[in-house]
Amino acid sequence: MLLAMSIGVASVVLLTALGDGARRYVVDEFAQLGTDLLIMMPGRNETTGGAPPMFGETPRDLTLQDALALQRHPSIQSIAPISVGTAPVSSGAREREVTIIGSTDQFFPIRRVLVGSGSPLPPGEAERANNLVVLGHKLRRELFGSERVLGRWVRINDRRFRVIGVLGNTGQSLGQDLGDMAIIPVASAQQLFDTPSLFRVLIQARSKEDLKSAEKGAREIIRKRHDGEDDVTIIAQDALLETFDGILRALTYTVAGIAAISLAVAGILIMNVMLVAVSQRVPEIGLLKALGASETQVLRVFLVESVLLAGSGAFLGLLLAGIGLWVMGQMFPDFPLGAPLWSLMAAVAVALLIGLIFGVLPARRAARLDPVQALNRR
Amino acid sequence: MIELQEIERDFQVGDETVHALSQVDLQIPDGDYISVMGPSGSGKSTLLNVLGLLDRPSSGSYLLDGIETTEQREEQRAALRRERIGFVFQAFHLVPRLSAADNIGLPMMLAGIAPKQRERRVQQVLQSLDLQDRAQHRPDQLSGGQRQRVAIGRAIIMQPGLLLADEPTGNLDEHSGLEVINLLEKLNAEGITLMVVTHDPDIGGRAKRRIRMHDGRIQVDART
Repeated sequence: MLLAMSIGVASVVLLTALGDGARRYVVDEFAQLGTDLLIMMPGRNETTGGAPPMFGETPRDLTLQDALALQRHPSIQSIAPISVGTAPVSSGAREREVTIIGSTDQFFPIRRVLVGSGSPLPPGEAERANNLVVLGHKLRRELFGSERVLGRWVRINDRRFRVIGVLGNTGQSLGQDLGDMAIIPVASAQQLFDTPSLFRVLIQARSKEDLKSAEKGAREIIRKRHDGEDDVTIIAQDALLETFDGILRALTYTVAGIAAISLAVAGILIMNVMLVAVSQRVPEIGLLKALGASETQVLRVFLVESVLLAGSGAFLGLLLAGIGLWVMGQMFPDFPLGAPLWSLMAAVAVALLIGLIFGVLPARRAARLDPVQALNRR
Repeated sequence: MIELQEIERDFQVGDETVHALSQVDLQIPDGDYISVMGPSGSGKSTLLNVLGLLDRPSSGSYLLDGIETTEQREEQRAALRRERIGFVFQAFHLVPRLSAADNIGLPMMLAGIAPKQRERRVQQVLQSLDLQDRAQHRPDQLSGGQRQRVAIGRAIIMQPGLLLADEPTGNLDEHSGLEVINLLEKLNAEGITLMVVTHDPDIGGRAKRRIRMHDGRIQVDART
């Protein structure tokens, strides 16, 4: 019975911790990108909130010139055009197939990517196809081991690039392993993959308040450049974030609700325990009444007992949940686990409430006992 | 002062109605010492339960110290039981988990009296019962006579006016039975109204006033 109660409480706490952890994970990932960020992609996406088309079936490409034109809008602080592809990167005999990102110097501050050693892509003319590369730390290790890499040359497809920097070990960003990629100037990437179109343009607004006007301005500029056609999709980081946040929150509540059902089961067990306790103590209850205990007093005694039962079950449950969280924390150190305070309090409150509710019936039975008959029962 | 007028108590047993008490009129002045005797099923215990407010008469009037009890709500009757009536049972009915002192203090706890005051009063009672050295013993560590003395201590802790004893010596040997009766009589001498239900003619004969019951009626009400 105590076990059932503690398992109920523990599962409520654990499941909400998981749900909330998932929510926080997603929110954190997005927050890493900055919340005053807009993402422009080629192709029109009419549905809102749905998955953006991965590779736009666009009538018109989103070109580097389009992206550079955006920079002139007053609400836009900076932009980073992105061109993506995969290509083999080799040094000597070692070769790795990795994701190649073509962008500009702005990519680093916008995506909050830190360069561990060396320097990021140099600022300057984005249209110049310099043969420079910044390697992810994992790629660097695999190609060069522990040798010095700055200033050395690597081969990407058939072209040679000079290594000017290595990314810091910042882990993952939106599920992408930043260690396993190479960043080169956007113009070089376009030559490498032989496409004039960009994959994305990241737009950093001047501030959160400028987000709306930045979006409008960007759309305006592209429409002008695309002969009046509105053929790009712009997603605000914020809107996406809110959607995810909402979905995951709802999910957490649902899961917690399901777990709460197990608390109700525990409540029924408490009721049975209390009924047995009442019938075992019939003579004693009769005695108390003969000594002048009122119905209210007897009722209170048994209610307090069942609430205490539920309370100790809840306490055990919290301990159990704490242990569970710790174990999971050890197993998945990256995942931001941690039960939100509201779930702890709600679980305990529900447990106590259930103890009270399911204690009423046995307690009333005890209070209503006829003292004469109760005393004579052995 | 207790006044019973035309008290009836009927039980429904199957289709039959059993008259456990019928036409009982009884007046008990303060400080009286009464024994109630009679064959099994004659209504002795029912009379005791009605007097102790554990049972409610089917009809009639019961005035306890001028208070009409038959119309009172259960809460009020519980309070009267607590303040004015003490019970001594044949089977002692001590709480096995509690020490002698705690058993004696139980009614005061139910009355919500502060622990300090309770403690003092319990010590007094233990002293008057000559049980000081048994205060921390649990009932199973006491002899039958000692247990019944603890039960009497519990009955008088609230200083009630009325002490009701249902076969108080029924589970005791002759020696401890006599001890218990002596104790009850000593309390009576100090002013408490005492009513003893018993089968034992020797014990019943010691009372100043002897009631004999038969078929729910008072057959004899003799006084010496």
